Amino acid sequence: MSATTWLRDPNPRSRLQARAGQAWLGWLRFARNPLAMTGLVIVLALLFAAAAAPLIATHDPVAQELAGRLQPPGSGGYLLGSDEFGRDIWSRLVFGARITLYIVALVTVTAPVFGLIIGTVSGYFGGWVDTVLMRVTDIFLAFPRLILALAFVAALGPGIENAVLAIALTAWPPYARVARAETLTVRNSDYIAAVRLQGAGPGRIILGHVMPMCLPSVIIRVTLDMAGIILTAAGLGFLGLGAQPPLPEWGLMISSGRKFLFDQWWVATMPGLAIFIVSLGFNLLGDGLRDVLDPRSASR
Amino acid sequence: MAESTLIETSPLLRTARQVGGFLVTLAVTLLGLLAVTFVIGRVVPIDPVLAVVGERATTAQYEAAREALGLNEPLLTQFLIYVGDALRGDFGRSLLTSQPVLSDIARVFPATLELSTIATIFGVALGVPAGVLAATRPGSWVDQLVRLIGLAGYSMPIFWLGLIGLLVFYGNLGWVGGPGRLDTSYQFTFELDVTPVTGMILIDSALAGAWDVFANALTHIILPAGVLGYYSMAYISRMTRSFMMNELSQEYVTTARVKGMPEWRVVWVHALRNVSVPLITVIALSYANLLEGSVLTETVFAWPGLGLYITNALFSADMNAVMGGTVIVGATFVLLNMISDVLYKLIDPRART
Repeated sequence: MSATTWLRDPNPRSRLQARAGQAWLGWLRFARNPLAMTGLVIVLALLFAAAAAPLIATHDPVAQELAGRLQPPGSGGYLLGSDEFGRDIWSRLVFGARITLYIVALVTVTAPVFGLIIGTVSGYFGGWVDTVLMRVTDIFLAFPRLILALAFVAALGPGIENAVLAIALTAWPPYARVARAETLTVRNSDYIAAVRLQGAGPGRIILGHVMPMCLPSVIIRVTLDMAGIILTAAGLGFLGLGAQPPLPEWGLMISSGRKFLFDQWWVATMPGLAIFIVSLGFNLLGDGLRDVLDPRSASR
Repeated sequence: MAESTLIETSPLLRTARQVGGFLVTLAVTLLGLLAVTFVIGRVVPIDPVLAVVGERATTAQYEAAREALGLNEPLLTQFLIYVGDALRGDFGRSLLTSQPVLSDIARVFPATLELSTIATIFGVALGVPAGVLAATRPGSWVDQLVRLIGLAGYSMPIFWLGLIGLLVFYGNLGWVGGPGRLDTSYQFTFELDVTPVTGMILIDSALAGAWDVFANALTHIILPAGVLGYYSMAYISRMTRSFMMNELSQEYVTTARVKGMPEWRVVWVHALRNVSVPLITVIALSYANLLEGSVLTETVFAWPGLGLYITNALFSADMNAVMGGTVIVGATFVLLNMISDVLYKLIDPRART
């Protein structure tokens, strides 16, 4: 029996087989969508670049070589040209992928978890807890994200960790909203009542029986938000409030290339292309995932 | 709400209650904005007393200044004083300009307003037709193109697009003006001939009849407004498409078609009219989002608006200006959202109950 017949078996013999079969069907639906596959390839390429950065890079990302400064792409062994300190732009981009992933990873493990807790607690208890928590959420939603992040960074001081903290502090409210909406739909269902009659406390019900129901919509939202996180981080870097030199952060690289925009266009253009391609990849992937995980919107 | 549908109330009372609800929400949200900025202001590692008295002050001078700034009061009292000052429009003085923050903001705000208004006009003029076209031919190349342009808009760093625009249209082609609101040569004519009325160069110069200044200002605003407008277009076209798809599957559309109504009339008159209600909300939201995009765009184009003011203040550790600017932007954002909510209820009878 080959693997696909096992996966496609209409009468699965175990829970594992049923789950694997569902996942396989989802994957087939996802793989039919060329745009989503493009996104997946881009994101995998980013992961690969970050993991194998020392192997892919042709130069040291921070070593300065003033003799070879501002070389155009392709000349002198500089694949995408060199910057004002003679650093190879290609190598800096490859190492910069690590910083981008670091920021995205840190934000996506903090903000959604926080939002999930606020949202499920708010939706499950209702009443004044709901009112208070949702008011707080609304207040945070009322700020434009970048401006609030700017104010936070201004208070905490520039740097990657503070940028991550600022982005996470501004990113959680939408997750809380999504989680609350999902919680409201399951709160009064029979299975929750059954668990409650068995004597489970609110903490146990929320953690074990409500949160798992909220996960798919939160995950979709996270994937769709990743591009936004990358863009906000790059914006903070561009303003000089995110990663600090000589780190090869992409937004920071654009801002230093700004001085040479009209004469050495590649210094500012190349990192921007990298940001564009990566966030496009996350957007395409998120769109595809939504179509697979959320059948309600699949008919679009 | 469930209970209000049970109890019959007069329409007047209901409206009054809704207005009251709006005002309470507005007040609570604005108070929250102030609380957030207050907390941010307190964790700043910059000592506000040192900023006033300087490094060489004696301990006595330092303590006196600390007392005068009200920093010895309990935190709650400090917060109440802060809220009271903010309500009177007093956000303190900017260290950079030594003017009251509010008058600074009043000076720079028109530039941002002008930029985002023109950007929104771009976004609506291109985004709505694009979304409608995409919705009438789902799956076609037009639909794919609109989707791709929209996705690209969601994925591009706005400051980078601005730089590329400057490189191509200003540096290489020379079609548009460079950074700033006017050429330096026109700056003088502008200050001589044009009396500032609204603070928006296009309107002021048109009112004064200084058409050469107007033309120059136009070449300067077109690129930043186009860059910002691209983002609102991406958002507006996407939303228009999904609203329109929904509307075109309604029965009245089929009826209109069966009656032999020309397709353009069905789409552009009947369906679009119904879509216009949610679209207003979307446009108001995108207008508010442009405030955010303006921070980066204004930095790239050296556009002397609110965004540039806040970033400049940030780098000079001018916290009064940063917090004042943040509160004003937040309040504008909240107000725009509220206005779109109210408009929605006014236009759509279904949303009134």
